[in-house]
Amino acid sequence: MLDLIELGLFVTLLVVGFFAGSIVEKRHYASIRKREREYADVLAYAVRFPPDRVTRQRAFLVHGTVVISSDYFKTFVAGLRNLFGGRVRTYETLMERARREAMLRLKHDARRQGAKLVICVRFETTTISTGWAASIEVFAFGTALIPDHDPALSFPSRPVAAA
Amino acid sequence: MLVSNLELVPGRRIVAHYGIVQGSTVRAKHVGKDIFAGLKNIVGGELKGYTELMQEARQEAVERMIAEAQSMGANAILNVRFATTSIAAGAAEILAYGSAVQLDGA
Repeated sequence: MLDLIELGLFVTLLVVGFFAGSIVEKRHYASIRKREREYADVLAYAVRFPPDRVTRQRAFLVHGTVVISSDYFKTFVAGLRNLFGGRVRTYETLMERARREAMLRLKHDARRQGAKLVICVRFETTTISTGWAASIEVFAFGTALIPDHDPALSFPSRPVAAA
Repeated sequence: MLVSNLELVPGRRIVAHYGIVQGSTVRAKHVGKDIFAGLKNIVGGELKGYTELMQEARQEAVERMIAEAQSMGANAILNVRFATTSIAAGAAEILAYGSAVQLDGA
């Protein structure tokens, strides 16, 4: 009898995890795509050196961070994957969402402070164990540059194709 | 205090080096957040409480790093990096470090 209840709970959690998880993920992706279009004019590069080293510019650190949790279904599927090896698609989307979200927050931080260019962008990923399931933290940081004098002289703004 | 992860600041010269400065903090999560996170582990999604926790911790690490640089008389910290280490279950250290320098001009 107790086994039946346990099995029922497990199946319920799987089903809830599957449906709630996909709704959450779909909404998150929709929001990411929308905001990526909005922030398309804030440029972010991984290059180490500024395109213009001579002109004096304001430089400051900007960052974005997010902690995202997997859902019950995804965690279960990933657990199964551990038996056979191979690609764990359920975690791939989780990581991707976290990276894109962190990047968007970095761009938000930059724009909030009046910058349109961020260089030397780096990502840091940390696993945070929250009980039986894994959550991940992605931290994106970089240096925002604002031309000190005439903005038109230092970084000619180019139109950016919407993603 | 100019804080950046660049190795040079466009248009400015480094006139003095003071060596590495660092700031760190060790944080633990609290039970309430953990219970909420446990529920979130079922449906997935962002753990906002944890995001804030990490943000505050990084802010604190950066502030401590800046305090060290100020005590040396530096006016900028370049090449800033971050590191996160989990010490035990539920506790993590967040470290920020960089090179304290003196840049010319104001």
